[in-house]
Amino acid sequence: MKKERPIKEFLAEAEDILEAANQALLSIESDQAGNRSAVEAVNALFRAMHSFKGLAGMFGLQAPADLAHMMESLLDGLRLGKLKLDSGTLDLLFETTSLLGMQVQQLGRGEEPGEIASLLQRIEEFLSGGSATADRSALARVRIDPAILQVLTEYEEHRLIENIEKRSDLHLLKVQFDFESFESGIKNLNTELKRQGEIICTLPSAAASGPGIAFSILVATGESGESLAARIAAIGIGGAVLEQVEYLEAPRPAGPKQDAQLRSTSNTVRVDIAKLDSIMNIVGDLHLLKSTIGRIAVDLRAAQGFSGFAANMAKVHKNLERKLNELQNGILDVRMVPIGQIFGRLSQAVRKYAKEAEKEIDLEMAGEETVLDKLMIEDLADPLMHVIRNAVDHGIEPPKARRALGKREQGTVRLLAYPKGNQVVIEVEDDGAGIDPRKLLRKAVEKGIVPPDHGLDPEADRKEILELIFLPGFSTSETVTEISGRGVGMDVVKRNLSRLSGIIDIETEHGEGTRFTFTLPITLAIIKALIIEAGREVFAVPVASVLEIIRVKADEIETIESREVMAVRDETVPLLRLSRAFKLPDSAQQDMLYVLLVGLAERRIGLVVDSLKDQHEIVIKPLGKRLAAIPGISGATELGDRKVVLVLDVETLIGGAFRRTVVSSQ
Amino acid sequence: MRNVLIVEDSKAIRSMIRVALEEQGSYFVVEATNGFEALKALPTRDFDLIVTDINMPDINGLELINFVKSNPAYRTIPLVIVSTEKSEEDQKRGLALGAAGYVVKPFKKEDLLAAVAAAIGKT
Repeated sequence: MKKERPIKEFLAEAEDILEAANQALLSIESDQAGNRSAVEAVNALFRAMHSFKGLAGMFGLQAPADLAHMMESLLDGLRLGKLKLDSGTLDLLFETTSLLGMQVQQLGRGEEPGEIASLLQRIEEFLSGGSATADRSALARVRIDPAILQVLTEYEEHRLIENIEKRSDLHLLKVQFDFESFESGIKNLNTELKRQGEIICTLPSAAASGPGIAFSILVATGESGESLAARIAAIGIGGAVLEQVEYLEAPRPAGPKQDAQLRSTSNTVRVDIAKLDSIMNIVGDLHLLKSTIGRIAVDLRAAQGFSGFAANMAKVHKNLERKLNELQNGILDVRMVPIGQIFGRLSQAVRKYAKEAEKEIDLEMAGEETVLDKLMIEDLADPLMHVIRNAVDHGIEPPKARRALGKREQGTVRLLAYPKGNQVVIEVEDDGAGIDPRKLLRKAVEKGIVPPDHGLDPEADRKEILELIFLPGFSTSETVTEISGRGVGMDVVKRNLSRLSGIIDIETEHGEGTRFTFTLPITLAIIKALIIEAGREVFAVPVASVLEIIRVKADEIETIESREVMAVRDETVPLLRLSRAFKLPDSAQQDMLYVLLVGLAERRIGLVVDSLKDQHEIVIKPLGKRLAAIPGISGATELGDRKVVLVLDVETLIGGAFRRTVVSSQ
Repeated sequence: MRNVLIVEDSKAIRSMIRVALEEQGSYFVVEATNGFEALKALPTRDFDLIVTDINMPDINGLELINFVKSNPAYRTIPLVIVSTEKSEEDQKRGLALGAAGYVVKPFKKEDLLAAVAAAIGKT
């Protein structure tokens, strides 16, 4: 009996600490390394691990204590600037925290905590890569009361040194409170000071007069003394004395170290992406001019007596094209960021959702280094988050159910990104329950999305049925959970993705798992487009959306159950006439037509167009509000002859076509 | 009875120290979870000993030691630092500021009692 009580005490506090640790970890990850809140979060996490280690040690729990000890060493390295906060460090921190969580759970169930040796060794190896002891010489560069310096912990000292090296303004604030009210007073003050900068230390001393308590607070800030004083007065704290700490030397002492630091900062500039957009617009215009020059060269060659000029001009045209492409790639390169930037955020989300859903989930990630346009990455976070949320919530079964099915209790969510030509593919895969087409179909009928006499066969019409989850208002879950929430469905995911000219594909095996595949262009800033004609109108189709172009005789098109189809190798592909999709007049009977094969895997469709005109680099410009809602159109672009054409949004076109085939199949 | 103030942000460790001391039958224990609480607790009775952690938010253990040692009313109270071996540098600073000794977490009950007895004996 006596032994049981302490372990309960341990569990309660350990869980609290790990909760705080997770919070800190999340904010470290979402913050930029080196900014003030990241510094605070690292410190909070360090303290959490420090407490955890002490706690586990006191209860004789060796494995968790060792683990916390290693994590503390990592964090100590980070705190003291000996390690860099990069994805490698973050991964280790996440991994260690989650292993600690598991150990606590195991202890709670009365089991032996699992194996930790391999992780410990990895951390040890990682740590041996770190370096350097603190250089305290910076402290001599400022005039600070030695009484303050001697009460700084090693960490606080490091923070002071960092601030001296950044040449932050340092202020020493002396303030006095009544004994009765000092705690709330100092807390208010510190909260305000933390808003303005970083508190290095809070040294209490007996008040010079009376029974109160005085504090000397050392603050590093970007604020001037006057504005800091004004803010302190504004929160109702009187009698504060503010002294600026004096730097004893000129701002930029010579020396190789400072030189190196200066150079590294001046080598980088931050650029508003709108500026890059406007440069890209100019590149788009230059492409048009280049085409015009090309045409003039052709005309010139045809004219009498100018063949010499024409040849020269054609050469210049080629060179111009090459340089223009280099320029374009250079600008694009600047916009590219690794997708790992959102993977980090997603991994936090998985941890959080898994915890809320009381499921155990392993998150595997690969391809974080795959690059994508910065603007698109931001817009991709939400759709990915939603799919992951579904995987955690509806895909992965609860541990008990998994055990009963003979699966590992821990579910796996895999996040994978890889480049594919000018596109990026992102896969979200789970090894959960998969989607049952029968259940899905039943649901669709209940919701009135398909008529009861739909005639769809769960096996034969599987792909059409799976498409249903992308329709508005569709959710397969029986109960609305807190995590998946309500209202937002896969239709929104699909719509958001199609705004990025991306497409989404689903593969699922009932009982084995589901995989969503996002395929999207690497950038939207400038894209290659086919210029095509249909129904006497000209359109631009992003090349990335086109799998294959097939030239067909009109009589190769067959009609099955009033749907036009054609055979492509061994497959029957449904067709959509672009002119009909936009209710344009049918063009004159033609013997030869072009079919653009678009879509992914099981959802290919052939877009029938009258003719192919050209291929262009285009910059897509948004349509005005009134036209923006037209399905199947993503924007407009200008061609060389000042002619504006509409750019097709292939994904919504396909979606519409599939919906029609499902609903009109009766 | 000796009055002991324990300043430690971990509840479990605080109560372990408390139990270890109370079992001896000769210590009266007051707990503080952070530096501010310690400052408030100090005038409430005549303490014979302070056991303090170092790594705490707001007021750290070193600042608390400095406060005690520079205040005529408390100057004579011995302090024992309870801290992990990670904070070796901080322990040294604590001793330099006038702490009587330290115990490294995780510690055995005997180590704590020995450090406490030694600290009280020193005065």
